[in-house]
Amino acid sequence: MKPFLRAGAAPLLLAGLLMLMACQGPTPGTPVVSQPSALIENKGSDTLVNLALAWAETYQAQNPHVRISVTGGGSGTGLAALINGTVDIANASRPIKQEELERAKADGIEPVEFIVARDAIAIIVNPNNPVERLSIDQLSDIYSGKINNWREVGGEDRPIVRLSRETNSGTHVYFLEHVLRKGNKEDRTLFSTDTLLLPSSEGISAEIRQNPNAIGYDGLGYVTEDLKVVAVAKDPAGPFIMPSAETVNAKTYPIARDLYMYTPGEPQGEVARYLAWILSPQAQAIVTELGFVPIVP
Amino acid sequence: MSETSAGEWLITRLIKAAGYSAVLFVLLIFLFLIREGAPALLEIPLTTLFSTRWYPIEGYFGILPLIGGSLVVTIGAGLIAVPLGLSTAIYIREIAPRWMREILKPLVEVLGGLPSVLLGFIGILVFAPFIREFFNLPTGLTAFTGALLLGAISIPTIVSVAEDALDAVPQTYRDAALAMGATPWQTIWRVTLPAARSGVLTAVMLGVGRAIGETMTVMMVTGNAPVLPTGPLALFKPARTMTATIAAEMGEVASGSTHYHALFFIGMVLFLISLAVNMTAAAVVFRQRRRAERILS
Repeated sequence: MKPFLRAGAAPLLLAGLLMLMACQGPTPGTPVVSQPSALIENKGSDTLVNLALAWAETYQAQNPHVRISVTGGGSGTGLAALINGTVDIANASRPIKQEELERAKADGIEPVEFIVARDAIAIIVNPNNPVERLSIDQLSDIYSGKINNWREVGGEDRPIVRLSRETNSGTHVYFLEHVLRKGNKEDRTLFSTDTLLLPSSEGISAEIRQNPNAIGYDGLGYVTEDLKVVAVAKDPAGPFIMPSAETVNAKTYPIARDLYMYTPGEPQGEVARYLAWILSPQAQAIVTELGFVPIVP
Repeated sequence: MSETSAGEWLITRLIKAAGYSAVLFVLLIFLFLIREGAPALLEIPLTTLFSTRWYPIEGYFGILPLIGGSLVVTIGAGLIAVPLGLSTAIYIREIAPRWMREILKPLVEVLGGLPSVLLGFIGILVFAPFIREFFNLPTGLTAFTGALLLGAISIPTIVSVAEDALDAVPQTYRDAALAMGATPWQTIWRVTLPAARSGVLTAVMLGVGRAIGETMTVMMVTGNAPVLPTGPLALFKPARTMTATIAAEMGEVASGSTHYHALFFIGMVLFLISLAVNMTAAAVVFRQRRRAERILS
């Protein structure tokens, strides 16, 4: 529910603010006090949307003249908007692709990359599922369709229902490259065709909460108490590591990644100030609060 | 006198223009779809386009699973909605007492006004867990769940239009049948329903059209796994429809890319399918009318 609501609330908030501003417009007879105001359009990754909103809220409270509008939609959506020139900052949970970079350059836009936080991808199952740990090899076999029963990985005799985000999610692409293909660029392994592609994080949590057959993955920041997180090992022999800020920073948890913001060209003015603030300890403290991993150690 | 004819002339022209504009819009939409979708035929080899794997981020553009998914969900919805919708219409118009009719008809119309995203939520939280347990399936996010909800969405359309069609049958037909000694059921089945045939068929077509074009609900509850349906049991497996594919992926694609053209190609196929359904219905009504006229003359 969270990403849905929050992502939806941002434009609403903005509309509300605009209406307020319209109401406060100059009335005849009173001197016009021109308030310097800047609007920053921020769009992209659903993984980042809650974090971006928390940043925007805190920053706007401190800098009332800046308005930041945050929307989700997926990393691809944000980067497409960046290329089309409709946003000031694109959020992405994966680095920009070569083809996206080329298209941006063709349009005269030179994307600049900022690493703003880190995220661990948690493997989640139903709380009633006895499976405690899985290796990357096992995860790859599960999602590519080679393992189809929980019995084969030490669980009950139940079919495995694979859940994934839609293909426009940066998390999906990351999972494909680093779990299914184990980081091997030559590997052409694909998701099993019967993998359910759900349009939202909430869709995945809702299904896993009630279905003991299901397995899914999502950013650590989205994992709620009523879902069970599985320990993951790079090596089949272990050690099996639970995702947390410590294990991500220590680089022992194997499925962790950087989160990015992109600007069209070197950021100027308010956008530059905002990005500098995001890298400050104050903003990075918010990262920790939301279950992500800060970049400043 | 001349004033009247001038007004008449104007009104006739206006109505004519309105009639032609509908045709014009459909044509323009189709031309637009061809312009954006036809390049897919050049960019994607036919053997790929008509293969069974849809995974656009890696260049797999097989649309058969999507067509199959839409057909399974739509046929399922039709099997649920047509009998239920028609019997509801018959009950409301022919059997129910007047006071009951006055309660039922608005209620059905309220059902028609429910936002489909709301039905999707109910589907995820209530129907999917129930269907999984009731049929003992691996997951409740299946084509059947989608068909059930789409049935609920198309029933109001079918009831409303079919009821109007039944209402248009002259009371004398019923009186005559009853006077000849027919039972109320024989009157409905042999006289009223055949007399309202073309309207009833329109109701069915509109209902099916509503089902095949519906997007949000199916995207939320059918699991969106692009698996080619191979038999009637596919109804109880996850499916990915054409509409859900377009909705889920359109936000991400860069305009002008192969994926973009492929999505418009799917739109074209969708358009052609609903055109075919409508033309078949029109042809059937037309032929039956001709036959009826021949018999009467």
